Amino acid sequence: MAMRKVLIFGRFERFWHWSQMVLIVILMFTGFGLHGFHNLFDFETAVTVHMYAATALLILWLFSVFWLFTTETWRHFLPTGRGLWQVLRFYSYGIFRGERHPYRKAFWRKHNPLQALAYLMLKVVLFPLIWVTGLLYIFYFLWRDIPLATTWLEAIAMIHTGAAFAILAFAFIHVYMLTTGHSFREHVAPMITGFDLVDLNPEEEAYLEKDQPAMIR
Amino acid sequence: MSITTRLVAVGLMLAACSPTAATQPSPTAVDQTALETPGQRPQQSGPLSGGSADHTKFEVLQQTFTTGPEVTEACLSCHTETGQHFMRNIHWTWDYVDPETDQQLGKRHLINNFCTNARGNEGMCAQCHAGYGWKDEHFDFTDQTQIDCLVCHDGTGNYYKTPNNEGHSACSVMFEDMPPLDLGEIARNVALPSRANCGTCHFNGGGGDNVKHGDLSTALIDPPRTLDVHMDAAGLNFACTACHITKQHLWAGSRYKVIAKDTEGTGLPGERRDVATCESCHGLSPHPIDSVRAFKLNDHISSVACQTCHIPEFARGGVATITDWDWRTAGKTHDGEGYHEHGYTQGNGEQRYTYKSIKGDFIYAEDVVPEYAWFDGQMHYTTIDTRFDDSQQPIEVNHFGGTRADGDSRIWPFKRMRTWMPYDAGNATLVYTHLWGVDDTAYWGNYDMGQAIARGMADFGLDYSGEFGFVETLSWWPITHMVAPKEDALACRDCHAAEGRLAGLEGVYLPGRDHNRWLDLIGILAVGLTLLGILIHALIRLFSKGEQH
Repeated sequence: MAMRKVLIFGRFERFWHWSQMVLIVILMFTGFGLHGFHNLFDFETAVTVHMYAATALLILWLFSVFWLFTTETWRHFLPTGRGLWQVLRFYSYGIFRGERHPYRKAFWRKHNPLQALAYLMLKVVLFPLIWVTGLLYIFYFLWRDIPLATTWLEAIAMIHTGAAFAILAFAFIHVYMLTTGHSFREHVAPMITGFDLVDLNPEEEAYLEKDQPAMIR
Repeated sequence: MSITTRLVAVGLMLAACSPTAATQPSPTAVDQTALETPGQRPQQSGPLSGGSADHTKFEVLQQTFTTGPEVTEACLSCHTETGQHFMRNIHWTWDYVDPETDQQLGKRHLINNFCTNARGNEGMCAQCHAGYGWKDEHFDFTDQTQIDCLVCHDGTGNYYKTPNNEGHSACSVMFEDMPPLDLGEIARNVALPSRANCGTCHFNGGGGDNVKHGDLSTALIDPPRTLDVHMDAAGLNFACTACHITKQHLWAGSRYKVIAKDTEGTGLPGERRDVATCESCHGLSPHPIDSVRAFKLNDHISSVACQTCHIPEFARGGVATITDWDWRTAGKTHDGEGYHEHGYTQGNGEQRYTYKSIKGDFIYAEDVVPEYAWFDGQMHYTTIDTRFDDSQQPIEVNHFGGTRADGDSRIWPFKRMRTWMPYDAGNATLVYTHLWGVDDTAYWGNYDMGQAIARGMADFGLDYSGEFGFVETLSWWPITHMVAPKEDALACRDCHAAEGRLAGLEGVYLPGRDHNRWLDLIGILAVGLTLLGILIHALIRLFSKGEQH
């Protein structure tokens, strides 16, 4: 087994990550403004920007879902219990003792079990909650005449807002995690250059060196 | 000269009634040049504009008329069916039975919380009846020669009317020394009604300029664009009939039958819809969809009346409206003579009376932010027959309903009028008060409310307990005129905010206004605890053995 610098975040994945980040920041700012938490933008600007950013994010997600399934990379996000306990133990105890992070990135497993679980929950729970309710909200004009429409709308708005709070909390933890283990810079670098240290078995190493030389340094 | 004359007459007739009034400068005299310049541009009267006859050439009009009915007979000699048409409309009948509630409405019957009732006071009030000589119950509503064509169709601005009987001497003095009418000249110069024609009565309802409606004042005779984008004298220059379109002298758009939510819009191509709704011209998608903003604005149409955003305030343009009226203080005299007090200077510089012996105390307001409520278009009135619970004040002279869910309602702006007015304390009903008359029971002259009520009720065979009091009343006036230019319309935040204009409105989820307290609390706590957890984690890392990797 050899630790090698391998391209684990391709160009599309990096573009996806950073544009998603920008859009989510925009949506958070405008959304909480519309909610009444601040007055940095006038209402119609906030609505307009929120709608455009949401549309852009939905399109981005369409591409990302397509990409995840066509490239088989969805498998990185499969939940696993193996090693999960060790990672949890590390963050809640070992990290204070100066222990080494128990997880080693593998070529087909670039996230540790806790990360994979967290991202999976984001993808299949929080994001759908917010985009399904957001779309229902946008298309209120199509169903506003059903009985109890405003009650439904209020419930939808509550779920949308609640999901936004949860995503905000996730984002804080996500950013904080970058400070653990390596330096912040070293943690961010893979999402910029695409390369990170990966524990390769000899077959993978040989394959990459022979068939994908651009993916390995 | 011409329009000024008319306004002086109207001002004298309606704004004041006391011995000193004739010596006061008229409160509605307006700068003459300001009025005549735009008057030269014909106002837009909708489908009737144009015209195909020159009335100066009509042989029947080449004569000297001595009375109004003579002119009417000349009119009817060509407009053969118009008399029959006209006698069906409420300008003539003052009578309307609501088809939904079966309530007997119409000025002839209703009680309002301004000058209280026209009934029994026709000698004064029926100056605004579009006919000649209605002073008591004996008026013949089937005699078409008594129709007053000129009050609406006078194109010279010289026409005026005086009360149909002279009233008490304390008041009748106002109407002396009016310039003589040249009815022939006026008849030869008839025209489609201008804003000033309709405004003679409709701008002066309730006893003076803009007193009643709040959105109908003499400022609309020659309005700038900022006051009303449609009536803008230098722009679209709409006459009232451009929207209140007319078929056989029946007008679209009535307070008695409000279309609170027009779901038909402009109708089929070429189809004429006899309604005065905004949608009948602007359609059901009035904001051109060129942005998310416009799309969302069009989304509001199903629940927000156009007027709500596009009439941000009423009583604009320098003319105040009365919002509070207290009849309890009426009847004070100086040595037996009635008097009045100035106490309010309105935007255009004119003085308004804040007290009159004949009416009591008034409070004025300008640039008024309306009240907002769901409105389904159906008004219910407290009529002379209604017994109410006078422990539940204020009593609503008219009230309305509406909810988000009923499918007919939208959020509408209203003027709220609050008045302490006389009522029958024994029977808990409103009363007809005999205000104007040539007899000694008329309140305007003898200042005895008990006598005036006893007479007002007895004249119509109504039960009166003999004991009167004063009751606090409200009335609600849907606001629909003084449409501001689009740049002055409300912004989103005017309502989409915690303390916005719709702060008290129920039945709808309003983003920016509505929060779930618990959700916000839990959300803020969750994010806060996350940050706290991060901080603690980071501190432990900092002060523990340190990290290696």
